[in-house]
Amino acid sequence: MSQAQNIIDNRAYDVERIRLDFPILNQEIHGKPLIFLDNGASSQKPRQVIDAMRGVYEAEYANVHRGAYYLSEKATERYEGARDIVQRFLNARSRREIIFSKNVTEAINMVAYSYARRVLEPGDEIIITDMEHHSNIVPWQLMRDERGLVLKFVSCTDDGEFRIEDLAKLITPKTKLISLTHVSNVLGTVVPIKEVAKLAHDKGAKLMVDGAQAVMHMPVDVQDLDCDFYAFTGHKVYGPSGIGVLYGKEELLEAMPPFLAGGDMISTVSMEKSTWAALPAKFEAGTPPIAQAIGLGVALEYVGNIGLERIAAHEIELLDYATQKLLSIDGLRIVGTAPGKTPVVSFTMDCAHPHDISTIIDRVGVSVRAGHHCAQPLMERMGVSATTRASFGMYNTRDEADSLVTALESVREIFG
Amino acid sequence: MLDELRELYQEVILDHGKDPRNFRKPENANREATGNNPLCGDQLVVYLSVDENEIVQDAAFLGNGCAISMASASMMTEIVQGKTRIEAENLFQRFHAMCTTDEKVDFSDDEDIEKLMVLSGVRQFPVRVKCATLAWHTMDAALKGASEISTER
Repeated sequence: MSQAQNIIDNRAYDVERIRLDFPILNQEIHGKPLIFLDNGASSQKPRQVIDAMRGVYEAEYANVHRGAYYLSEKATERYEGARDIVQRFLNARSRREIIFSKNVTEAINMVAYSYARRVLEPGDEIIITDMEHHSNIVPWQLMRDERGLVLKFVSCTDDGEFRIEDLAKLITPKTKLISLTHVSNVLGTVVPIKEVAKLAHDKGAKLMVDGAQAVMHMPVDVQDLDCDFYAFTGHKVYGPSGIGVLYGKEELLEAMPPFLAGGDMISTVSMEKSTWAALPAKFEAGTPPIAQAIGLGVALEYVGNIGLERIAAHEIELLDYATQKLLSIDGLRIVGTAPGKTPVVSFTMDCAHPHDISTIIDRVGVSVRAGHHCAQPLMERMGVSATTRASFGMYNTRDEADSLVTALESVREIFG
Repeated sequence: MLDELRELYQEVILDHGKDPRNFRKPENANREATGNNPLCGDQLVVYLSVDENEIVQDAAFLGNGCAISMASASMMTEIVQGKTRIEAENLFQRFHAMCTTDEKVDFSDDEDIEKLMVLSGVRQFPVRVKCATLAWHTMDAALKGASEISTER
């Protein structure tokens, strides 16, 4: 994109107008305007999502897939309509490939228990990276121990870059599953999923992708990526918590047994045996999070209307600005500097521990995350015990980045 | 707002945090326990040398964490040296109460607790109470013969 186009695009992106959609941003914390920079943990919700969910409960709520009466039909239509929105959002081939889950953790466990447990044999290998969130480590450790599998880690570079050649070296004929984060929640590193999928498939392995930190920062097209499974969660993409998505290729999902068993996922039940409902219901046992699914659909439409490319352009410009400003602070070191990263800045300061930093800057209204970010192996890999993480979203501004920097300067004043 | 921060990060705390006392592994330690705060990843090991009369002859620690947890561990190891097990356990109880109860408790009868009062600023920062008490919980576990504690249990 030329510089001229860049300027036009940035002018067209009216961040102040977008901020008006997010009621929570209009408040003071400890007497200072809220500056919310913990979007990597969970992002705030636009009025459109809040209103839609209230609207469901006020006018359109009943259980789904049940009664032959108006409200149940209406709720079912909205719930299944949300699935269609997700299908378009990910560009999945079919709505049968979209399974609603509680979150990414549940989605990964679904793949671990209904896919890996059934298909992988003792001695088979699963490869993950050392950049994974605990949710993409622990399920595989459990499966390794239960099924006698081998779990391998591909390590990132000192700068936090993912090298596909390092992954390629680890793959053997025993490698059956590669499960990678699309974007590191700590470093912002973007993994080239399309290339990884090609490599995996050339070697006869399947690819699971944890998209929790990706879908709010870039368009994701699962057919183009050609991954076998892709998971994301609603609450990080400006939707409600309690709703996530597992995309899976239809032929894989068809062959998999149910994950949870109960109501809504059966075709017939007798005292002796049951048969399973068709996709996607087979993987949605019990009453689902109805209003949350509808809220997620509205959130995806909201970001879709603004445009993920435009959101990304705004965020990257903000990331570059914030990075330059942060580097001007004495003793501040950024952890994770991979090119093309998402708007996440993890850093350490030589004078203060991340928890002290977070406590101090909270007092001037700045919310950031401090700690190991549910990625302890990565902390170890990067040689730090904890970091402070500022993660930007579609509604953050340069002024807020400035306030972060000013607040961090006050940390230096206290700790000297 | 800055008053509360100044009260939390008093000079004494910054000093102990930067330059923790008894930050070592004693050769003759006969009790030790590891303390974990899984929420933040803080981990420290407290080493004690307790004699046959149950007197703490030496107390030391290793680990990493924020200024509050390092300062608290540092001050604790200074204060419990020479105390009996019972005295150390009582100190822990009183310190814990100081960090968690809002009402003004008069600790001026006890010069050890008076020294620890610099840490009472955590009362205004509920999520930081565990930072101040981690070392003490860990010492208490070591005295009782446990080897590992977690703030989340």
